[in-house]
Amino acid sequence: MTPLVTVTGQALSLPDADVDTDIIYPARFLLITEKKGLGRYAFHDRRDAPGFPLAPGVETAPPILIAGPNFGCGSSREQAPWALAGLGIRVIIAESFGEIFFSNCFKNGQLPICFDSETIERLRSAADATVHFAVSLDAKTVTVGDAAPIPFEVDDGRREALLNGWNDIARIRALHGHDIAAFEAAQQASAPWLWTKG
Amino acid sequence: MARTLYDKLWDAHVVAQGADGQTLLYVDHHLLHEVSTPQSFELLREDGLTVHRPATQLAVADHSVPTHDRDAAIADPQAAAQVALLESNCAQFGIEYLSLTGQGQGIVHVIGPEQGFTLPGITLVCGDSHSATHGAFGTLAFGIGASECGIVMACQALWQTKAQRMRVTFTGALQPGVTAKDMALALIGKIGASGAVGYAIEFTGEAVRGLSMEGRMTLCNMAIEAGSRTGLVAPDDTTFAYLKGRPRVPHGADWDAALAYWRTLPSDPDAPFDAEVIIAADSIAPHVTFGTSPDQVLPVTAMVPAGEAKLTKALAYMALTPGDAIDGLAIDHAFIGSCTNGRIEDLRAAAAIAARGHVAPGVRALVVPGSGAVKRQAEAEGLDRIFIDAGFEWRDPGCSLCVAMNDDRLPAGARCASTSNRNFEGRQGAGARTHLMSPAMVAAAALAGHIVDVRVYA
Repeated sequence: MTPLVTVTGQALSLPDADVDTDIIYPARFLLITEKKGLGRYAFHDRRDAPGFPLAPGVETAPPILIAGPNFGCGSSREQAPWALAGLGIRVIIAESFGEIFFSNCFKNGQLPICFDSETIERLRSAADATVHFAVSLDAKTVTVGDAAPIPFEVDDGRREALLNGWNDIARIRALHGHDIAAFEAAQQASAPWLWTKG
Repeated sequence: MARTLYDKLWDAHVVAQGADGQTLLYVDHHLLHEVSTPQSFELLREDGLTVHRPATQLAVADHSVPTHDRDAAIADPQAAAQVALLESNCAQFGIEYLSLTGQGQGIVHVIGPEQGFTLPGITLVCGDSHSATHGAFGTLAFGIGASECGIVMACQALWQTKAQRMRVTFTGALQPGVTAKDMALALIGKIGASGAVGYAIEFTGEAVRGLSMEGRMTLCNMAIEAGSRTGLVAPDDTTFAYLKGRPRVPHGADWDAALAYWRTLPSDPDAPFDAEVIIAADSIAPHVTFGTSPDQVLPVTAMVPAGEAKLTKALAYMALTPGDAIDGLAIDHAFIGSCTNGRIEDLRAAAAIAARGHVAPGVRALVVPGSGAVKRQAEAEGLDRIFIDAGFEWRDPGCSLCVAMNDDRLPAGARCASTSNRNFEGRQGAGARTHLMSPAMVAAAALAGHIVDVRVYA
């Protein structure tokens, strides 16, 4: 996983509520079995809409997305964060997220941040005015232009993994292999019916 | 201390506690399908890893498979390659795969319970948000992403944050013509599409206890549309009667031991919940969505409301105007199927209406059984003849018009009465308009050519 420490640049504003993962990545492109190169399909069916901030064919976006509430609800498809990553988006800021989408972001070196609606509106105005953003995961702050840094919250474990670009599978196996073995031994004793097929 | 069903399921699967409140949770069973796992297997391959416990994994292709000409090769080369990739990945990593032409194939959330792969008291995951379906058995089941599918295959465990507990109580009994689908839609309408984000829902109350396992699955299936990854119903005699004798369910002394454990799972009487929602089931009418989010939903007797920007935008997409009556809206497509409503009871309910008439001119109506077993059962009961004689198309099992990844896809502007779970923009095809409702309501709409209150057939 690519580490994420600081992300700087402009922000893209997409205020719509309940933008589901079907909108982020339409189903018919799910036949693709790759995870790279999906940026061109992000928001594919919305791009022609008047005022939509990404034109058809565009394959790059600013690194920060200011989204609307309940962003990434719906399907668990990880193609949604992969497609955003394909556009170059590393940080997604919203009032709330679909939970599976939220979790998927962390698995791909992307940082979802929750703020209250008032803060979101301030950030959205700044994004619309093309003010420069600086997100520091180390300091857990978002800084807009010359204003005071705004602190955000993130799970310590997820933060550490993102900062270091840690691979979940390798970490779990290395640090908790013995815990898993102990759990399995106990379950074989207490619920043998779950182990009749190995 | 008194614990809820969710607490008990959670506590029984804790492998380790992280410093930040996350828990490494053991995963007992993993269901795989062709769309969310190609990249998961690639994660294993990159690091030269094997699958930790292949016998706990079960795979089936459902999302991109065609629902006709099942014996012929898949015409779409991308879909053919995706299905073949699942089969070869399973062969390479030692995972059982239920083939497209075999008896067991079907929608992943329909075949899990059918096969007895879904059991009370276990954790079950799948790279699909409707994994919540399996919670109907008192299973801690939730949807995950492709990366997490890879983690589960390699480690049998996942870092998870424990949710808050929400109890949704349906008091009273359902009125005739009203189903679990209407209960789910009424709940989502009440609390909103993000109303249960951060919560695990336990469904209780007289109307829930009165549901069959199939109804409970429909209810839990839609928990994700209220924002919850998990919907639960405490296991009871209805659950155990459904499970007994199924192929992968414990037998003999194992059954007795498992049953004794399963009976300990229901929430303790004084267990604390973090949120409570109470809905009078006896006052629920058949529900229909009118917008592009499952919470834009009303009784079929209502008028399309006016609202703020979000609703105005949805109504523009749906080509509706505030004040339009929902009852009477003309449709040109009807879809009966999906992991929400593709089970035998759903087909029976739809067939009972279909037998009353013929699909209206200009309407294309599809019936897609949720699995091969459902299809065979329906044919044994003669439901296929009822549908075909009434002008419905009778198809092979798959996700079909719920996700529109195969060639079952609607043209822009089409308006569809659908038993599926999502009315998102473009869900059934770019520009297509979806109205969610129960199977009997879809059948009634197909005959009438417009949305109609199924209770007129009572």
